[in-house]
Amino acid sequence: MDRLVVVGNGMAGARTVEEILARSDRFAITMFGAEPYGNYNRILLSNVLSGAEDEADIFLNSLPWYAENGIDLRAGVQVTRIDRFARTVRADDGSVTPYDKLVIATGSRPYVPPIDGMHHPRRGFHQGVFAFRTLDDTRAMIRYAHDHDRAVVIGGGLLGLEAARGLQQYGVEVTLVHSPTHLMNAQLDEQGGAILRRCVQKLGIAVEVNARTAAILGRDAVTGVRLADGRTLPCDMVVVAAGIRPNVDLAEVSGLPVERGLVVDDQMRVLDEPDIYAVGECVQHRGQTYGLVAPLWEQARVLADHVSGANPKAAYHGSRTATKLKVAGVDVAAMGVTAPERDDDEFVVFAEPRRGVYKSVVIRDGRLVGATLLGDVSKVAFLLQAFDRGWPLPEERVRLLFDLGAPPAQESAAELDDAAQVCNCNGVSKGDLVATVHGGLKTVSGVMDATRAGKGCGSCKSLIAQIVEWAADGAVEEDESASWYVPGVPLKKPELMAAIRAGGLRSVSAVFDALAGGAEDAKSKMGLVSLLRMMWGDEYVDERGARFINDRVHANIQKDGTFSVVPQMKGGCTTPDQLRRIADVADKYQVPLVKLTGGQRIDLLGIRKEDLPKVWADLDMPSGYAYGKSFRTVKTCVGSDFCRYGVGDSTALGIAIESRFQGLEAPAKLKLAVTGCPRNCAEAYVKDLGVVAIDGGKWEVYVGGAAGAHVRKGDLLATVDSPADVMALTGRFLQYYRENANWLERTYAFVPRIGLDRLRAALEEDADGLDARMAAAVAAYRDPWKEGAEPATPGQFRTALPLRVLPLVPVREGS
Amino acid sequence: MTTYRLGPVDELPVGEGRAYAVGDEMVAVFRLRTGELRAVSAVCPHAGGPLADGLIDAKVVICPLHQHVFALETGHCQTTPHLALRTYPVREESGQMIMNVSPVSGSDSTTTS
Repeated sequence: MDRLVVVGNGMAGARTVEEILARSDRFAITMFGAEPYGNYNRILLSNVLSGAEDEADIFLNSLPWYAENGIDLRAGVQVTRIDRFARTVRADDGSVTPYDKLVIATGSRPYVPPIDGMHHPRRGFHQGVFAFRTLDDTRAMIRYAHDHDRAVVIGGGLLGLEAARGLQQYGVEVTLVHSPTHLMNAQLDEQGGAILRRCVQKLGIAVEVNARTAAILGRDAVTGVRLADGRTLPCDMVVVAAGIRPNVDLAEVSGLPVERGLVVDDQMRVLDEPDIYAVGECVQHRGQTYGLVAPLWEQARVLADHVSGANPKAAYHGSRTATKLKVAGVDVAAMGVTAPERDDDEFVVFAEPRRGVYKSVVIRDGRLVGATLLGDVSKVAFLLQAFDRGWPLPEERVRLLFDLGAPPAQESAAELDDAAQVCNCNGVSKGDLVATVHGGLKTVSGVMDATRAGKGCGSCKSLIAQIVEWAADGAVEEDESASWYVPGVPLKKPELMAAIRAGGLRSVSAVFDALAGGAEDAKSKMGLVSLLRMMWGDEYVDERGARFINDRVHANIQKDGTFSVVPQMKGGCTTPDQLRRIADVADKYQVPLVKLTGGQRIDLLGIRKEDLPKVWADLDMPSGYAYGKSFRTVKTCVGSDFCRYGVGDSTALGIAIESRFQGLEAPAKLKLAVTGCPRNCAEAYVKDLGVVAIDGGKWEVYVGGAAGAHVRKGDLLATVDSPADVMALTGRFLQYYRENANWLERTYAFVPRIGLDRLRAALEEDADGLDARMAAAVAAYRDPWKEGAEPATPGQFRTALPLRVLPLVPVREGS
Repeated sequence: MTTYRLGPVDELPVGEGRAYAVGDEMVAVFRLRTGELRAVSAVCPHAGGPLADGLIDAKVVICPLHQHVFALETGHCQTTPHLALRTYPVREESGQMIMNVSPVSGSDSTTTS
């Protein structure tokens, strides 16, 4: 096998290796990455900064991927020199690694303009000054932003704008300092830049253009920046995002040809070096360097074709760069030149500054050579294709900017060219998607996994779905496992329930043994516990290990491993005696936070696990179930006793409902409310089940409402004549939901899925059965906080963190 | 290498985990349905979650805070590849849980410098 060494484990290096693996298995591959991680999508770091995505979501190749493909990954190791005569690379861990073929993918590094005070004489960057390039940079910025108030971001390009927007999420006041005359000057002309500036200012970001930063002020901590015109901007944090430069130090010290970047030919070979290739942002090809991801994919393919021998004639001819992105919440698309360059260039411009919309196109000899769209990018699909492929353009040039009447605005999946790039993050074309579908994959998620389309910024997901649908010619398949009740047992809920009943399966392990070939699945346990308890009531055989921690200790785990305790407070009514006991408990256990919840109860936060039983005993109140996938609470308004508008006694009815259905487990949590008149003070219209008293002694029952991440007004299930009717209907609905909803399916999804007509018919048809099964469930209620007196398992309430209170285990024999 | 006795295996319910301070290490020990024991670091490297409180099956433990999934055998994280737990050899000997812990300066800490 030939030895292939890759220096650089960023997006270019890893993508190139993937392309090579797809073509050949003749290489033993070693990869060096300066960062101690697998390979992640650097483009999405701004999402990590803004909190829109978790770190976990941006990884492209996990560490096991390298092992599975036999790649020797040296993560966290820096290559210091290439000896092109001995054909070895030397690294800072002292290793010397020989190669037959070498790929250099060292990427780029932040450009740091010459600014006084930027560097500390001994420590590198001044503390409080950050570059925005790596995952570690991002983490450091987030940590710092949490306890600092004012930031200056140097650089008003794409990265600077994203950094500014991201920092705002931490309550930091941000000023953007940009030395050219307008923002995003590489992509936008002056007018477009000015409109973008207004949009950005509207978001609360201060902008200084035409402003060069001369110095960072402050000796130990940053106190501000001084501009070249003498003004001072106070701040306690500085982010440098003034562009990138090819990272060519290694190439330079190793004697390879470097101009602005490492110079390569059309086969991505370093000039005059038959066995050394280079790819990505470190490369200079035909005088061009690239800082976008799309050219990198093209380069990786050519390199792989060539080095693997799959196509020795493959050649890279440079890329026409186009960007389409959302920067600081504003849609921007740009391609080619930003302004007319020759006397006979046509220039069509539309600007509507108030709405933040700007569009321009540059046409040369009847071909599109540049376009800029800001705020409204509905025409981008057409323009990109016209730009890429040199399509003939409509005579009325305004049609390039707007859809005037028919045909319809959306470029339909069918019309899109096969070569059109759909996913700009991962370089996936419509043709790639169609081929995958024709290869037999007919689920949207399957195609996305196989091609990685939509795994970048995700903005193309709906277009992918349309294309898959079109390519499958209506035969799109649902992801089969998506319909299973839990991932570890391949059955839908009705079939699963039938199998459980037929087999008399009363415990979670019995279900795994009978229906999943004995394979336990941790992710499935919670859902199965809920289902089995619903089905078997008292006959359910409990296995504590199958419960989520909240249900093992009947409290809600918090971020530091402590718990929150919410006693039952029916209808939000309490007494001086209860309040006194709660206050005593808060004092005695030094409860860090006592807080009113949205469900009209009192939350004691920060209780240590080992204190839970004592807290319950001292409170002497039943559990409020604020921790489970279960019936939580009934919010009520004052009702008719005191309120001068109330037309029904909502408080009494709410208390009655909670008394009857307290603690019932369900596929997801259940929040209810009863309100005494249509003014809706108890917010009953947006609850899983909400009851509204209306004039004439009648009650409306709404189901499927929500006011969380998803907001939905409930559907009117029925109008009934008495509180007793409300109770009966509530019981039937809850039981039907328990029996038929998928795991974690809230009523706001469940009710529309079933449909109101079918729901009403089902509740009526099986009224007696539902009533009977609900009555059995109600009878099985036991206050879980009674368990405190006698723990269910050894060490049930022993702390899992922090560990200082644990008994240290004795040493048996030493060494 | 130091050997520790954690206590009677009966104190660890089947299918659950408990946390122990073992020398300088904080260790979560789990008892699988087969009766086998597994031991990994007790603190989730993502956000400090208490792993002994996590749900397990024969292969993985799920952190109760953010549902990161770790292999019990190797410590690898299946959800965030750059995270990993330390694993410890643990066994049962005549009803007692026995664990060997070697000093931390082994494989983990040398790569960073």
